[in-house]
Amino acid sequence: MNSLILRTTSRAVLPAALLFSVYVLLRGHNEPGGGFVGGLIAAAGIAVHALPRGRDALMALLRMSPKTIIGIGLVLGLAAGLPALLMAEPFLTHQWAFPGGVALSTTLVFDVGVYLAVVGSVLTFLSYYLEN
Amino acid sequence: MILFALVAFSFALAPIAGWLGGRSSPLVAAIPALLFAGFAAMLPAFGGPGELGETHRWIPSLGIEASLRLDGLSLLFALLISGIGTAVFLYASSYLKGYERLARFYVVLTLFMGSMIGAVLADDLVLLVVFWELTSLTSFLLIGFSPEEAASRRSAQQGFLVTVAGGLAMLAGVILLGNVAGTYSISGIVERGEMVAAHPLAPAIVALIAAGAFAKSAQAPLHSWLANAMVAPTPVSAFLHSATMVKLGVYLLARLSPVFEGSALWVTLLTGFGAATMLVGAVLALRATDLKRVLAYSTIVSLGTLVLLIGIPGETSSMAVVTFLIVHALYKACLFLVAGIVDHETGTRDSSALGGLRHTMPVTAAVALLGALSMAGLPPFIGFAAKELVYETSLTASASWLVVGVALIANAVMVVVAGIVAIRCFTGDMTSTPRTPHDPDAAMLGGPIVLALLGVVFGVAPWLVGANLILPAASAIAGEPVDYTLSLWHGFTPMLALSLATFILGIAVFRRWDGVRAALGRIRQIDEWGPDRFYDRIMDGLQSLARRQTRLIQSGSLRGYVGYTLSVTAIAITASFLLRGGVALPSFTEILQPDLALVVLLAVSALAVTGARNFVSGIAAAGMVGFTVALVFLFQGAPDLAFTQFSVEALAIVILLAIVGRLPFRERDYRTRRERLRDGIIAAGTGLTATLVLLSVLAQPFDGRLSDFFREASVPEAHGRNLVNVIIVDFRALDTLGEITVLALAAIAAAAVISGLRRATKGTRP
Repeated sequence: MNSLILRTTSRAVLPAALLFSVYVLLRGHNEPGGGFVGGLIAAAGIAVHALPRGRDALMALLRMSPKTIIGIGLVLGLAAGLPALLMAEPFLTHQWAFPGGVALSTTLVFDVGVYLAVVGSVLTFLSYYLEN
Repeated sequence: MILFALVAFSFALAPIAGWLGGRSSPLVAAIPALLFAGFAAMLPAFGGPGELGETHRWIPSLGIEASLRLDGLSLLFALLISGIGTAVFLYASSYLKGYERLARFYVVLTLFMGSMIGAVLADDLVLLVVFWELTSLTSFLLIGFSPEEAASRRSAQQGFLVTVAGGLAMLAGVILLGNVAGTYSISGIVERGEMVAAHPLAPAIVALIAAGAFAKSAQAPLHSWLANAMVAPTPVSAFLHSATMVKLGVYLLARLSPVFEGSALWVTLLTGFGAATMLVGAVLALRATDLKRVLAYSTIVSLGTLVLLIGIPGETSSMAVVTFLIVHALYKACLFLVAGIVDHETGTRDSSALGGLRHTMPVTAAVALLGALSMAGLPPFIGFAAKELVYETSLTASASWLVVGVALIANAVMVVVAGIVAIRCFTGDMTSTPRTPHDPDAAMLGGPIVLALLGVVFGVAPWLVGANLILPAASAIAGEPVDYTLSLWHGFTPMLALSLATFILGIAVFRRWDGVRAALGRIRQIDEWGPDRFYDRIMDGLQSLARRQTRLIQSGSLRGYVGYTLSVTAIAITASFLLRGGVALPSFTEILQPDLALVVLLAVSALAVTGARNFVSGIAAAGMVGFTVALVFLFQGAPDLAFTQFSVEALAIVILLAIVGRLPFRERDYRTRRERLRDGIIAAGTGLTATLVLLSVLAQPFDGRLSDFFREASVPEAHGRNLVNVIIVDFRALDTLGEITVLALAAIAAAAVISGLRRATKGTRP
């Protein structure tokens, strides 16, 4: 899969995909998008980068095992539900704060968890098909 | 908040326990010691409240609450768990020095302790079940501490399957109980005890919950797992499989005793199984030579005694349960730790091969003697008071001659076992052992010494524990305040005569132990027809059934699997259509009018998939189908769905590209004409069924309640305008959490399969 075309285009695709995926993730609460789609887009971008370069390049890019990314995602998803318990509300009741008009919430933590779980899952699967 | 904090504390400190324990630092014992101090501060004697309750919301829609409640019984258990935990943590820091996976050991041990404390503090039955199962899970990990050994794996699996199967029965009983009582709160159920006990479902509840408790507390015939669990490191045996976890079943029975003690089935089940367990344990204890197994079988006798006592109604019985529980926990943990020391120092724990150890290990010998005297129930040890209470209760039972007879045998066997551990191994002539023994270090001796001394101190000064620990706990079991003064001397009573008879019988058997053991050992039927063999037969049967159905269904051909799955789905749906009065068709004017161009594109690309000659064109055609479906979504007003579909299709193509590089470019279609016809029929049938389902769905009037709710609640409650995303991350966040977990598991499982395949084929490929 070491094609020059893929290698060259991926240099532009990777940053664009990552940036776009974060944009999609953040706008998801009000406009079409969200953690799931965002995660898919990021995974596609990273996959295009890794396909011509091999597994070692993937690991160098991520700096950790894709399985670890899955774990971080799941932990974030779980952790997003915990503040509700402190407020004596059912697990995963999202908490919101609006300091200075900026909407901050555990929803975003949860969505980032979904994003990372998707990225990690796709890349875990993909990594076994990459050449070394 | 304080109870919640105490439970959370023991879970949160697991990593620290792993870090300290992994370096074999004795400081690791500070964790259970802090918990012990926390619970001791709750005692009225130290100015604590003694009783406390707190409730946190958990699953309000099901009436399930994260409610914790501390009363005499749970406080007693919490003190036992954290107190013996302190001794065990300290002991293991020296005993297991140099073992691999020590950090993991301590993490699991700490999680176990947290689960145990959660289980005895839980006031909500569902919460109790959760912690209950966590103790089974951690017990599984601890029994299987050496997964390289087959015995370790088998025992771990056996203990897990037996306790979890019982736990399932118990869960069913708990749900029935919650429905009947209208609450899952244990204190609420106890308040409505008469109403619950009179309900027609009460016998079913009693049977199911008793099954769970019996499995957990190793009642015959479910006792084998406990003896086999002795493959675990000795600290685990002392902590989980004698002093704490196996008492959880006893705990639950004691908790529900005020509700069901009037029920004939309850009394029959508990006294019947309790007595049977005492006899089975007694016989097995006399047959064994491995010190740990001897102790494990005597634990089974004790668990049977506790269950029997709970089955006998009355104040004295509650006193007997609590006193016996404390006594047993103290001496059994002590003797297990001593057995571990003997094993550690001599290299063997075969009691028939040991002797004269008091010459080389004087301190250990003294500790063993103190523990054993309490076990044998001699004055002035608290064990004596407990034994008198057991007899006093037995005399009040119906058919008391039978109960007293069983109790006499059980207690006599306790005397024998005490003799085996303390006298047999430590007196007489020195025997040669694989290692040269000497007294171990303070970390290993400290816990046993304290536990052994407490047996004497509580016996000489019973008021220390009487009003502080025993009475509040006994009151919780009796369901009303209990008034009883614990003392060693009651005058010349029938109980004293029975105690005397116990010692005479016990000493007589101990002196002829070799002969008795040989005679019992010759009864082959116990090994050949015992429940342990029965367990093996069930497991073998399960395996062969699995093999047979695998051969039947798992052809190994992907095409076959797809064929089966689709055919079964299509046939099942068609059958239900036929049975339920046919297909309803919508009036076609109501169906949304999609773009004709899209329909044509969809049909053409679908046909192209079937006609594709190689993988690449197949992938391209399938991608066309996906993209066209995404376009349909887009034009029908579901931009989110379209967006996701586009991303999935793009990603799928990227991944397929990676895979296709490893596959032959052109796969020959090797199917015969007949097979192609068969596949075509399956495909057409499935497509037809799917179409009929969709038409039927469209024929139903649309129920807009849910979408109306989401549309209205989305912005005010979830601060988001994108309904799809708000549903995913907020309204149905728990579902999403489940879905990403499934996604993660699927990815990891697929990765495991692929890497396994690659390893398998590596040898054959250049």
